[in-house]
Amino acid sequence: MLSGRLLKQDWGPPVLLGILGVLCVVVPVANLLVPEDSVFHVSTYTVTLLGKYLCYALLAMALDLVWGYCGILSLGHGAFFALGGYAMGMYLMRQIGTRGVYGDPELPDFMVFLNWEELPWYWFGFDAFWFAMLMVVLVPGLLALVFGWLAFRSRVTGVYLSIMTQALTYALMLAFFRNEMGFGGNNGLTDFKDILGASLQSDVTRVVLFVVSAIALASTYLFCRFIVTSKLGRVVTAVRDADDRTRFIGYRVENYKVWIFTVSAVLAGIAGALYVPQVGIINPSEFHPLNSIELVVWVALGGRGTLYGAAVGAVIVNFAKTWLTSEYPEVWLFALGGLFILVTVALPKGVVGLLRNVLGSGGQTFSEFVGGRTVPEALIQWAKTRPGNKET
Amino acid sequence: MFGGSGEKDKLANVFQPFVNQSANFLARKPSRDELVNTDSGYILYLEDITVSFDGFKALDELTLYIETGELRCIIGPNGAGKTTMMDVITGKTRPDFGTAFYGQRLDLLRLTEPEIASLGIGRKFQKPTVFDNHTVHDNLELAMEADKRVWATLTRKLNAEERDRIAEVLDIIGLKEEVSALAGSLSHGQKQWLEIGMLLMQNPLVLLVDEPVAGMTKQESESTAELLTTLAGDHSVVVVEHDMEFVRSIARRVTVLHEGRVLAEGPFDEVQHDAKVIEVYLGE
Repeated sequence: MLSGRLLKQDWGPPVLLGILGVLCVVVPVANLLVPEDSVFHVSTYTVTLLGKYLCYALLAMALDLVWGYCGILSLGHGAFFALGGYAMGMYLMRQIGTRGVYGDPELPDFMVFLNWEELPWYWFGFDAFWFAMLMVVLVPGLLALVFGWLAFRSRVTGVYLSIMTQALTYALMLAFFRNEMGFGGNNGLTDFKDILGASLQSDVTRVVLFVVSAIALASTYLFCRFIVTSKLGRVVTAVRDADDRTRFIGYRVENYKVWIFTVSAVLAGIAGALYVPQVGIINPSEFHPLNSIELVVWVALGGRGTLYGAAVGAVIVNFAKTWLTSEYPEVWLFALGGLFILVTVALPKGVVGLLRNVLGSGGQTFSEFVGGRTVPEALIQWAKTRPGNKET
Repeated sequence: MFGGSGEKDKLANVFQPFVNQSANFLARKPSRDELVNTDSGYILYLEDITVSFDGFKALDELTLYIETGELRCIIGPNGAGKTTMMDVITGKTRPDFGTAFYGQRLDLLRLTEPEIASLGIGRKFQKPTVFDNHTVHDNLELAMEADKRVWATLTRKLNAEERDRIAEVLDIIGLKEEVSALAGSLSHGQKQWLEIGMLLMQNPLVLLVDEPVAGMTKQESESTAELLTTLAGDHSVVVVEHDMEFVRSIARRVTVLHEGRVLAEGPFDEVQHDAKVIEVYLGE
């Protein structure tokens, strides 16, 4: 009954969950059991790369929850991701122990280097995994709660809110760059050795982290789906479409915004926490406003307001990024900009919107429509004719 | 856990006073009708309300009382302050001076929009505003009188009684066939009806209805008139309307606003022959 409700309506949910399920089985087998010289072997590098994409997908889904469903365009979601990442990084730093360059059992290397005598108070507790995990959730959550409470109560909306979120992440970036903050300054936190006693260099740990990321993404998806299909989800979309009207039928719009913003920030923090052990570093550049803007492009490209579209967008753009930055590094930024323009002009519902229209019944399919036209022209025209794409 | 059942009873006895107390506490929570004290026979009191926008006085010491259960029509030329008056009552606009009371105790000027709405003042906008991306059913469900706090809403499911209520309202507004249609796909007139339906779902004590028959066919406005007259009595209804024929068909009491003030008030026929009213309307 519950899963029936969660999964009804379109093919996106089963496909996404199916893919994640298959990946959870195939990737570990192909990495750990298939011999290295086989064509079916998946290298540990690839496993980690895929794991990274999954974390990005989770982050994109978190943004889609606030942007796609509640219309809050946050240009600072990277901040919550980075904070979650730092919380995990602090745990990993404490696990290094005496294996650091300076061999100090208590202090991370950068603190010894700065001649610090003792651990700052806010590092206490991070040697315990459960505490660090609690902070992964609490720190981004509380920041979002306070920020959201202040901003939404003052009815800051639209572009002003976006600018404020941008300023938030920028301010955090500048703060984390400072050595005095005690988070490793410019270099951030790195040289991690192990997590819960398992070496981060081992294939098994990498595979486990990948599987955990996949499960986290699937659970996040089901969780978000539960939210958006609940009555609360309908209120949130109502807020997006007509906030005054929602107020006049008795809903405290601000509370709903703060709630959804906080939930989204927590999810972004979890994404960051899964990301850090896989890439092996967290530094202040993760707070860079550009990251948050790129994140918006992923969601827009995938198709907002669908959740799985955000995941699809994140994987497509990051795959393209990995490929282009190694093959044609100078092209990447132009490609990203071009993608964004293409999506805005021709695909207001993103890639999944396009797929849905092509696969969906009724109306012309794309190839029928193209006829004698040039492709871009046809794309634009065709997108306009689709039902539900009225905003073009 | 506690051995015999005798011990359980003893425990139950120990807790009984607390249970009673909390039951009392819940019972003492005043209901909406108690909060809105209308013993005096009036439900809305607006006194000396003044609202100015950049020096322009949209409302100028407006004083207006609405009786409980009455059907009142507010008419007046454009810019007379009709919509601003509704904004003040619903908490959207705060006046510069004046007092606005809902019943004898509730100061509207100290309440927020959602609070006012939950206390039973429902509003229909001039331009029909429904949630375009929701179905007709969901529009009604969202408007329904319920606990509208965030956590309560997350797990909220409709019960049989509420389903019946929605069905009933769908019947009244004649949108049974369109129940699963997106509100955005409805015609203008249907949106008007849907918005009236949403108002009914809220079960308000006061209905503020801004131009309900704009864009409706003659037949539709006749049924709207009928609906509003039926609602009056149990509810207090304030209608802002330009359509004089419609006003004549429903109004018992009419208030004419002009330049943010009450120009005349009384039965329709009386107001219609009022020299000042004729001057304002013919002078245009």
